[in-house]
Amino acid sequence: MGLSAPTDHRTVSYAPESQEGWVTTRMDFLVNWARANSLWPMPFGTACCAIEFMATAASDFDLARFGMERMSFSPRQADVLICAGRVPFKLAPIIRRIWQQMPQPKWCISMGACASTGGMFDNYAVVQGIDTIIPVDVYVPGCPPRPEGLIYGIRMLQEKVKNERSSDAGTRDEMEPDPASQLYIPPSVIDELGEPFGNSVNQTRSGL
Amino acid sequence: MSKRTVEVELSTSGLDAQGRPQRVPLVTNDGGTAVALQPPPGLEPDLEGEHMLINIGPQHPATHGVLRLVLELDGETVVRCIPHIGYLHCGFEKIGEYRQYNQIICWTDREDYLNSIGNNVAFALGAERLFGIEITERCKVLRVIASELSRIMSHLVWLGTFCIDIGAFTPFLWAFQRREEIYRLIEKWVGARLTTTATRVGGMAADIPSGWMDGLRQFIRTFPHTLDEIDRVLTRNAIWVGRTVGLGVMTPEEATNWGLSGPMLRASGVDYDVRKDFPYLDYETYDFEVPVGTNGDVYDRYLVRFEELRQSLRILQQAADRLPDGPVNIDDPRVILPPKSKATSEMESMIHHFKVVMEGPRPPIGESYVAVESPKGEKGYYMVSDGTAKPVRWRIRPPSFVNLAAIPKMVEGHLLSDVIAINASIDIVMGEIDR
Amino acid sequence: MTRFDVVRTGASASGDQPATQRNVSHRNGAANPSAKALQDKFGSGVKRVDVIWGETIVYVAPSAVHEVIRWLHDDPSQQYDFLSDVTAVEYRDADVPIEVVWQLRSLPYRRFIRIKAQIPKGSPLEIDSVWDIYKSADWLERECYDMFGIRFNGHPDLRRILMWESYKEGFPLRKDFPLRGRFSRSEQLRQALAQNPEARYSMEELTIADAFAELPTDMRERLSKGERTGE
Repeated sequence: MGLSAPTDHRTVSYAPESQEGWVTTRMDFLVNWARANSLWPMPFGTACCAIEFMATAASDFDLARFGMERMSFSPRQADVLICAGRVPFKLAPIIRRIWQQMPQPKWCISMGACASTGGMFDNYAVVQGIDTIIPVDVYVPGCPPRPEGLIYGIRMLQEKVKNERSSDAGTRDEMEPDPASQLYIPPSVIDELGEPFGNSVNQTRSGL
Repeated sequence: MSKRTVEVELSTSGLDAQGRPQRVPLVTNDGGTAVALQPPPGLEPDLEGEHMLINIGPQHPATHGVLRLVLELDGETVVRCIPHIGYLHCGFEKIGEYRQYNQIICWTDREDYLNSIGNNVAFALGAERLFGIEITERCKVLRVIASELSRIMSHLVWLGTFCIDIGAFTPFLWAFQRREEIYRLIEKWVGARLTTTATRVGGMAADIPSGWMDGLRQFIRTFPHTLDEIDRVLTRNAIWVGRTVGLGVMTPEEATNWGLSGPMLRASGVDYDVRKDFPYLDYETYDFEVPVGTNGDVYDRYLVRFEELRQSLRILQQAADRLPDGPVNIDDPRVILPPKSKATSEMESMIHHFKVVMEGPRPPIGESYVAVESPKGEKGYYMVSDGTAKPVRWRIRPPSFVNLAAIPKMVEGHLLSDVIAINASIDIVMGEIDR
Repeated sequence: MTRFDVVRTGASASGDQPATQRNVSHRNGAANPSAKALQDKFGSGVKRVDVIWGETIVYVAPSAVHEVIRWLHDDPSQQYDFLSDVTAVEYRDADVPIEVVWQLRSLPYRRFIRIKAQIPKGSPLEIDSVWDIYKSADWLERECYDMFGIRFNGHPDLRRILMWESYKEGFPLRKDFPLRGRFSRSEQLRQALAQNPEARYSMEELTIADAFAELPTDMRERLSKGERTGE
């Protein structure tokens, strides 16, 4: 075991039998280039991160140069769900429904600490990370992330989009939540993700 | 009481004889002559149809956050409006019972996130009342500067988003560009743009760096140009006036009874401003005026907030001129951290540092309610202490929560697009409403 | 034509110039004159008066609260026309009763007073609503009910406001409610996702008779039996 060398993301290894033809690769390149450079965001802005998102979209940091100036508030016309801000449990079915209303291909950026992990709100009211509700592609840390940070996250998403292949079977599959519980990952995983760690363990003493 | 009246002359008031928004008659060119279309004769007046139930939100571009409005519409007229909130409830008050007073200051940023520093100041004032601490003069002036910058930031967001809701996009970009300048100033001071955590119990997190005042003066010098530009574009614009005059009227008695505060209350004609009536941070020594409206409609709220921006600049100028030298933090080792140079070299300071960080400063048993004038209204922090480092109860009196409760009253009888305008004029922040 | 006035300072019936309070003492401050007036008028209804950090707190018997607040609102020498806040405080000591707190302001006289009523924890948590005096109490009392479980008698529509209406974990701000809630994270998420956002129309919203016929059959059946939907 031990440490292995970091994988070089520019090298793609594939089995010869699944080798794609020249036309397919060119089509993939074209389609991915078009998708990556015209991602229409659906800003699911709840709290402070939404203000930084607005600042990123405004003149000084300008999202328009990345093709994202057309904010789509209707999920039916959006590509990227940018969850900017904390998501309490009351809002959980809403974000689930919005995600389900978005047509494929769709991606999700979880902006900020609260959307990624629940942030500083480790209490009864806040979902400990929206990845327990919907699948997330890029996490942008920060509280709130600087506009440059959000732009870095968007660029990462664009890289991810450009590396997609039409031959990858499962990429564009819709998530299938369990009909009884509406969870799409096992409950044990959710509990593990939501557990406090580090100093957070000591933060539930009241008084003293 | 001296009054200065600002008269704005408009070519149209946008209202008809009954005070309702004026309807534009339809005109068609029928055989060369313009003919106003009349509804066809014989149309039964009671052919009304059913009422529609429309749901706006919680995810919606114009609700300013996760607010859900359920409207019962008769055609396009609102018969009833029922707001649903709680979609951003994050348990602030519960968490406050598990955090030391200095730790809670981080939380006050996130609650009304447009007025972060203002909230930090408000909480620190409340905590200092609870501890019985008098802060230094320099700290008071710095806090006034912080509060007014915060007021400008909040009103600029309100202005930008209000314009977008009515349909004007460009002032949003102008407003956010000015906000970036303030962000840069605040970042030089405390290190963060939005979530500042700038105060501590007994002082501030940091003193202003050298050269900061020049940046502030530069801002004070250049900001009026943007204000004048936006003023030129909006205030006497017939579309703007037609869309905002006469909407959402609250009489002064209603406004007081419904608990409205801040520009909402002042636009209705009640001159209650916490800075004037229950002053803090020596606001009575600053020379500024409080705009008070007459009609209590959306246009008056716009005018009041706009004038508040100008008055905030006045206060900033005075504060910048009078900033005294001296220490920013009080000299009490039980409450304030010692300077890092001492904490790393002297044993006593290191122990003080340890105790303040690990255990937290402890106030005597008691309670305090301190209210400040936030851009949204009367913002109060009520804290109850039982002598331990963590409060027994931390209550946030949210101005937007109480202001929003009046929306069913304001919106009845108006059209659907007016609902958006009225909602925008309340200047709500869901973080503060739901906490 | 429309105009607005820019005034120099607020008008006040007392005519004095308010100033920032300095060096406020912990317990020896002067009480608000309304406290004495309340004691004179209500006698045994007023339990005690405290002045902590310059703020006057009047402890009132729970049964007399509505009367006291009504008098403070209506009497021309008091004129507490602005209700700042209604909230509750539960102390960490289990024997200390829960206090319901009203923070009132008199805008004409520039006064501030805090009224408190203590409700022992063993008895059902109930108190009179002041909605008929101040309309701002509507949502403030609903929030108090949502967070503490205190019922306000006379409130027109007392239901949860911040948590969803079928929230099963309890009343969050009570001291016996743990910070992270009573259920596990996956259970909380399961209950949250089981909410039907569309079912959360209040009874008021669903009394639109014309749309009643278009509601789904099961909802119509539940409504005609008098049940509240979505809860």
